[in-house]
Amino acid sequence: MNWKRASIAVLFATPLLLLFAWGFTRDPDVIPSPLPGREAPKFTLEVFAPGEAPLSRPIGDTVRLVDLRGQVVVLNFWASWCLACGHEHATLSQTALSYAGRPVHFVGVLYNDTASNGTKWIERMGGQSYPSVTDPESRTAIDYGLYGVPETFVIDPKGRVVYKNTGAIEDAKLRRVLDSLMAANAPSQLKGGP
Amino acid sequence: MTGIVAQNALLVSLAVVVFGMVIIPLGVQRKRTGWIELGYAAVYTNFLLVSVAVVAMIYALVTHDFSISYVAQVGSRETPLFYTVISLWGALEGSILFWAWVLSLYASAAVWINRRRPGNLVPYAGATFMAISLFFAIMLVGPANPFLAVSPVPLDGPGPNPLLQNHILMAVHPPLLYLGYVGMSVPFAFAAGAMLSGEVTSDDWTHITRRWTLASWGFLSAAIIAGMWWSYEVLGWGGYWAWDPVENASFLPWLTATAYLHSVMVQQRRGMLRLWNLNLVVGTFVLTILGTFLTRSGILSSVHAFTTGPIGYYFLSFIVVVLVSTLALVWGNSERLRTTGQLDSAASRETVLLLNNLFLTAFMFTVLIGTLYPLVAEALRGVKVSVGRPFFDRMTLPMIVALLFLMGVGPALPWRSASRAEVRAKLLPPVAGALLFTAVALIAGARDVYAVLAFCFVGYSAVANLREYWNGMQRRRAAHGEGWGTALARGVGRRQYGGYIAHMGVLLVALGITASSTFRREREATLKPGETLTVAGQTVRLKEVWGRQEVQRSVIGATMEVMKNGAVVGVIEPRMNFYPTSDQPVPTPEVRSTIAGDLYVNLMAFEPQGKNATVKVIIEPLTPWIWFGGGVVVLGAIVSILPTVPPRRSEKVAFAAPPPPPPVVAVPRQAEA
Amino acid sequence: MTFLGLLLGGVILAGDANPLVMEHAVLMATVSQSAQQASDSALDARTSAVAEELRCPVCQGVSIQESPSELAGQMRAVVKDQLRAGRSPDQVKAYFVSKYGEWILLEPKPRGFNLIVYALPAAVILGGLGVIVFAVRRWTRPVASPE
Repeated sequence: MNWKRASIAVLFATPLLLLFAWGFTRDPDVIPSPLPGREAPKFTLEVFAPGEAPLSRPIGDTVRLVDLRGQVVVLNFWASWCLACGHEHATLSQTALSYAGRPVHFVGVLYNDTASNGTKWIERMGGQSYPSVTDPESRTAIDYGLYGVPETFVIDPKGRVVYKNTGAIEDAKLRRVLDSLMAANAPSQLKGGP
Repeated sequence: MTGIVAQNALLVSLAVVVFGMVIIPLGVQRKRTGWIELGYAAVYTNFLLVSVAVVAMIYALVTHDFSISYVAQVGSRETPLFYTVISLWGALEGSILFWAWVLSLYASAAVWINRRRPGNLVPYAGATFMAISLFFAIMLVGPANPFLAVSPVPLDGPGPNPLLQNHILMAVHPPLLYLGYVGMSVPFAFAAGAMLSGEVTSDDWTHITRRWTLASWGFLSAAIIAGMWWSYEVLGWGGYWAWDPVENASFLPWLTATAYLHSVMVQQRRGMLRLWNLNLVVGTFVLTILGTFLTRSGILSSVHAFTTGPIGYYFLSFIVVVLVSTLALVWGNSERLRTTGQLDSAASRETVLLLNNLFLTAFMFTVLIGTLYPLVAEALRGVKVSVGRPFFDRMTLPMIVALLFLMGVGPALPWRSASRAEVRAKLLPPVAGALLFTAVALIAGARDVYAVLAFCFVGYSAVANLREYWNGMQRRRAAHGEGWGTALARGVGRRQYGGYIAHMGVLLVALGITASSTFRREREATLKPGETLTVAGQTVRLKEVWGRQEVQRSVIGATMEVMKNGAVVGVIEPRMNFYPTSDQPVPTPEVRSTIAGDLYVNLMAFEPQGKNATVKVIIEPLTPWIWFGGGVVVLGAIVSILPTVPPRRSEKVAFAAPPPPPPVVAVPRQAEA
Repeated sequence: MTFLGLLLGGVILAGDANPLVMEHAVLMATVSQSAQQASDSALDARTSAVAEELRCPVCQGVSIQESPSELAGQMRAVVKDQLRAGRSPDQVKAYFVSKYGEWILLEPKPRGFNLIVYALPAAVILGGLGVIVFAVRRWTRPVASPE
């Protein structure tokens, strides 16, 4: 038994084993998005769920991202068949309400679902404070690089994606992002508006 | 109660395994045969104890004993009995238990059969079996314990994963896979035994394990084909292989095992390639553990993902131990395995087998590198990349085509050397087959280079292998005046003809795969009842869309009629199965198979009240030949395992005489290839 | 889930079917030869070729061409529209990479570090062939007779 040869052979295995050990430190299913830091893809979508006062918009109204320039936009993709969407629903609805009157705009985007299912789900959840739009053929979802629901994007007043959240979003995290954006853009709040 | 009995059995088995692992080497060192016998008793006892646990688990599953964690995880009162029993291996803990059981079965059988052999090979093999079993025993008593008590006891369980209940092949694929995977421990244990006992220069371990390796290889081949068949029938896109990490994990050891089955012939006849074969056998075993690690650790994303957790770390430790100890063992012993290699001629079967090994090993490396690359890229570049079908197809097709060709050259060339005339006589006639198949392929419309080459070489090798059979039978008739039937039967009793049968099986599989990918046609459309869809000359008509409730699921189906010349010749019913535990339905396509190919229909979507249905129709020529070919491959393995018909005294021995031992003269050191 | 619920649930899967799209599909299914179909099938072939290289984000390792999922179908439609509008396959792939990252490509871009995954297998084959040629040559050399 030649121990020298044996040790050299074992040395060869070390990088592979280190690679495996490192492999445990990350999740293979989480895909980082290239969107944060880039300009938010534009969209023009139709409202199907009006939301509630003071944030409501009439059904059939058109929401265009370009119209929302100068405000912070929270874009949330959801579906009635998505379990995690139910978990984050209260967070989103209440946060939207608490930021009413400030230059923050919440928009829900329905993903691979029907308007009637979406409306029924909102009823079951006890209402949604902000409006939701439909996304025919998921063009906008694909534009945003969606690979599941729920996903939430936060867009700054200059139209750039600054944050993407996969899965149910946490209340504290959402508020922190919004607050830091508001602080960074304090002067522009003078303009404010829907 | 059942849980307590089983847990105790497993606890004791852990002690027994440790005992066996320690007492055998001690017995060898101290030359106490009594201790070695005790060690063997430990091997058999381990099998009994794990069997108790398995029986307990099956009992618990069938009686819906939800106080046991594994049953609470995969059991359900609605699941039919058959699927309840096979859920034994449906989730992680159960599959570990099953693995441990198969391992103990193989270990007991292999040790028992060889228990009287003098020397230290078998004792050390037994100790190796115990060492491998130790890992699984630790898992079963620790993180993968399927018998944990659940409290409060639930009234019902979620049932097995819907995908696992959808098809009968689900019962067949895992056991075959485990029998194949775990079976590779046998040649490994004896190889390790040879190295540990110092008997490494003798070929005994290869002879002892020949049938075991062949059987495991046969099971593994069957498992891979069954897995392909199952994906084909269940997953809905009409494909059977996606180069998913788990598929690759089962394929890698198959490749090295196949290489070994070929190169071991060179070792047994010519005394060469000893170190290489040791590497192949050990590598095959390491790949089975690596494959299990990759699929259970969660570091790669895959269709087969079991639940992750601390199990991954245990597997990592196991693979560290396995890799380090096997590398040390093999390379520490490598010096003693130098041989003075001697070949009579480059035009010989030996050379072809070397090339065979090259391509199979390169194939294995390519798949391994491709499977691991996403991990490497993420570690070193920080970017997530995908390595999928386009990569694997591009890199492996040339090797596959080369192997198809070699499959015809190897059987044709004789051992040792072939004169020019012999080479011409052996290698030229199959060209007729090559030309025929090429012509047919081109006429049918194949234009892709690799597809045409594949058809060409399949034709070549088919003729070459059949000729060997034919010639073999002719020789017997000439030598002994036998009739065709007897010549076939006695010829079939020989080892090498089993190999040719396996070759034919592989060629059938290759033909099926090439045809079904080259000539595949598909069409998707939304139909109202009464409307038809035609693809490549085949027509289906939607009759109705319906729904029904089954015991464990709800089903929506579309009844389609298969039309020929305006008349209904058959009915095909793709369905969607809705299980209560899952949001998304499981599409359940239906396949209508004929010798010429498959009509594959998948229900993609439907309108309420059965107004219309969106279906995808795929025509896949020759796909059934893949499954049939798989069966032929297994037949080949069986024929090779069958006891050799003892040669009549008048017959020449088929094997060449072993070479004379190397001269005991100081020869310059030659590195072993 | 009641049976009725299931049939209603079928609406989810049929999607928000645009009647125009449905009509088109039926047209495809029943009309036989037409110039429209000929150019469509060429476009279809190009779409399939690109779709086979893009990974389905909601499946396990299959391409959007193979995947029966809804998102895959919608992505195929995006590919088709972009090709029809005159974009090259590389541009279409670049679009998806800009949205999903390199991960969306089923074959790593043969650039920079990624070249390793292409070069290593080639090296193994060439190296192995070299070893075999060398070994066979040495092994077929006539053995010097012992003195």
